[in-house]
Amino acid sequence: MPYSADLDVRVTDSSLRDGSHAKQHQFTVEHVRSIVAALDDAGVPVIEVTHGDGLGGSSFNYGFSHTPEQELIKAAVETAKRARIAFLMLPGLGVRDDIRRAADNGAGICRIATHCTEADISVQHFGLARDLGLETVGFLMMSHSQPPEVLARQARIMADAGCQCVYVVDSAGALILEETGDRVAALVAELGDDAQVGFHGHENLGLGVANSVIAVRAGALQIDGSTRRFGAGAGNTPVEGFAAVAEKLGIRTGIDTLKIIDAAEDVVRPVMDGECLLDRLSLTMGYAGVYSSFLKHADRQARRYGVSGAEILVEAGRRRLVGGQEDQLIEIAVGLAERNKAAAGA
Amino acid sequence: MTKASAAIVGPGNIGTDLMYKLLRSDAIEPRWMIGVDPDSPGLKRAADHGLTASAEGVDWLLSRDELPDIVFEATSAYVHRANAPRYAELGIQTVDLTPAAIGPAVVPAVNLGEHLDTPNVSLITCGGQATIPIVHAVSRVVDVDYAEIVASVASPSAGPGTRNNIDEFTIATSRGIERIGGARKGKAIIILNPAEPPMLMQDTIFCAVPADADRDAITASVHRTVAEVASYVPGYRLRAEPQFDDPAPGSGGRARVAVFVEVEGAGDFLPPYSGNLDIMTAAATRVGEGFARKITAARA
Repeated sequence: MPYSADLDVRVTDSSLRDGSHAKQHQFTVEHVRSIVAALDDAGVPVIEVTHGDGLGGSSFNYGFSHTPEQELIKAAVETAKRARIAFLMLPGLGVRDDIRRAADNGAGICRIATHCTEADISVQHFGLARDLGLETVGFLMMSHSQPPEVLARQARIMADAGCQCVYVVDSAGALILEETGDRVAALVAELGDDAQVGFHGHENLGLGVANSVIAVRAGALQIDGSTRRFGAGAGNTPVEGFAAVAEKLGIRTGIDTLKIIDAAEDVVRPVMDGECLLDRLSLTMGYAGVYSSFLKHADRQARRYGVSGAEILVEAGRRRLVGGQEDQLIEIAVGLAERNKAAAGA
Repeated sequence: MTKASAAIVGPGNIGTDLMYKLLRSDAIEPRWMIGVDPDSPGLKRAADHGLTASAEGVDWLLSRDELPDIVFEATSAYVHRANAPRYAELGIQTVDLTPAAIGPAVVPAVNLGEHLDTPNVSLITCGGQATIPIVHAVSRVVDVDYAEIVASVASPSAGPGTRNNIDEFTIATSRGIERIGGARKGKAIIILNPAEPPMLMQDTIFCAVPADADRDAITASVHRTVAEVASYVPGYRLRAEPQFDDPAPGSGGRARVAVFVEVEGAGDFLPPYSGNLDIMTAAATRVGEGFARKITAARA
C-alpha cells in the first residue's frame, strides 16, 4: 500500500527543526524563508520548523532561540506554497498552550515525541491535537534502546491516543540495517490500519539512507530527513540522498531530485555554520548509543571544563541518559575535571 | 507532651510511606488510615502498625466522635477537591499531597512559617519541593529574572497521576518557582528516565544572575538551604558545587548559576530511587509537625 495515489512514501524535512541543534538554535526568519521556499519548490511535502527540542525548548538547558519559534512557524506557513508545516513538541517540556499557538499560526502537523518507553505521557497532547484538527505524528525516541515488541506496545499507546503515524526514531543514529527493519515491521504488524509507521534516521554510523530504504521495505510510509544532513549529531538522513536513491529504486517521493540537490548546495549549506560530519564525537554517539542532540552540548562543556568530549558522551551512554537530560552533561564534565585534577595532583 | 492526631486518606504507596515517617514523629500520632477498597494492602499494613484502618472512606472518618487534628490527603486531585470542603467545615487542618492545589503552596524550607494556621496547604509537586528552595536561596542574595529547573525522575516512580497530567506538573512547578522561589519568570522541565537499575531523582536548577553577582554569597546561601532541606529530607544533597557561567549568546546573554541536587529516598516503604516521592512525604511530615506543634501548644 503506497502512502497515497501519487506517493509511495511521504518525506518530512527536518532541517529547520533538527538543524536547529546544529545551528545552536540561532535560526532567523530569513533562514526559514529561504529554506522553506527552496524545499517547497523541490516538492518536499512536509517541512518541520521548531526549536530543536520542540515547542518551549528555548531555555538554559537546551539553548535559547535567536528568534521565537512561533515567529519561525508563521514565516514558514506564509512562505510555503505546497508544503505543509509541521512542528515538534515533547511532553514535560512543551505544554498544550504551545500546541494551540502553533495551530493558530497555521502549522498543520503536530509531532509529539517521548522517550520510547514513556508513550503514555503524550496522551493528553494527542487528544488536544486531534481536537484542533491537526494531523498527528508520534516519535518513539532512542528506539535502538528497546526491542521491537516493546516499541510496538508503546506505539499502540500513541495510536490509541489519536496518533496517526508512529515513528521509529533513531535519535542516537545507532540502528543498523535489520535492526531498523525489524522495529518498523513490528510497528506495522501492531498498528495495521490504525496508524502509519515512519522512520527518522541519523548518520552517526553512516546509515541514514540505507536504514530509510530498509524501513520503507518493512512498510514505513513516512520518512524523515534533513537536506544536507542539517541536524543533530552527524546529521540526519540527507533528503537529497534519499530522494536520489528512492528515484533509482522506483520509490515515489514527489521530490525533484535535481532541484533538491541544488537546494542542498545553494540554499541550505549557506545557512549552516558547518557541515554535519561523521567525526570523532558524532561517531562515538552512534557507537555508544547517545542522543544526537547532546553533541554540541558535550562539545561546549568539554571546552568549558577542559575535558574530553568523547568521555562525556561515553559517560552519558553509561548512565543511559535520555533525550532532554542535557543538564547532566555539565555535571559529568565537572566530575571529569575534578577527577583529572585529582589525578594530576597525585 | 501529647501529640496531635492525624488521619492519612489514601492508603497507596505515598500514604503508606508517609505512615512510616509519621510513626517516627514526636509531634504527630497517625491514628487512622482511610481507603475505599477492603482488599487494599495499605490498609492491612496500617492495621498491622496499630492504626485504625477503614475502607469506608472519609464518610466513615468524619462521622466518628473523635476527629483527627490533621488530615494528610494522598488520594488524587479529583478526590481531594471533593473532600477538602468537608475537612474545612469541621476545622481539620489539611496537608494536600495531591496536585489539587486548593490551598496555598508550601515549601517547608521557604515559607512554612507563614502557613502554620492555614486550613489547607498544597505541596505543589515533587520537582517543586526539590528545586524551589534553591531558587529561593539564590533570589535572597540577588535578583533572579528567570529560573529554570530540570527534574529527572526514574520511570517506575512516576505513577499514572503524573503521566496523565504532565502539563499540570510543569505549570504548577513553574508557578511555584515564581511565587515561592522568588524568580520573576519560572520554567519547569520533567524527564522520565527508564534506566535499570533506576536512577535517583536528580534536579538541576538554573538561575539567571547579574553578571557582577557575589558568587561566593550565592554559593554559601545554596549550601545553607541544602542543609535546611536535608534536615527533613536526609537524602537531599548537592551533586557538585554550584557552577557559574558568564553571559553567553547561548544563554540569552545572561550570566547564570547551575545547581545540581539529587534526592535519595529514605526507603521507608518506597524504594530509595523514588526520591521524588520521598521528598513529598518528608515535606508533608515537616508541614504536619509544624501544624501539630501549634495545635498542641494551644491546648496546653
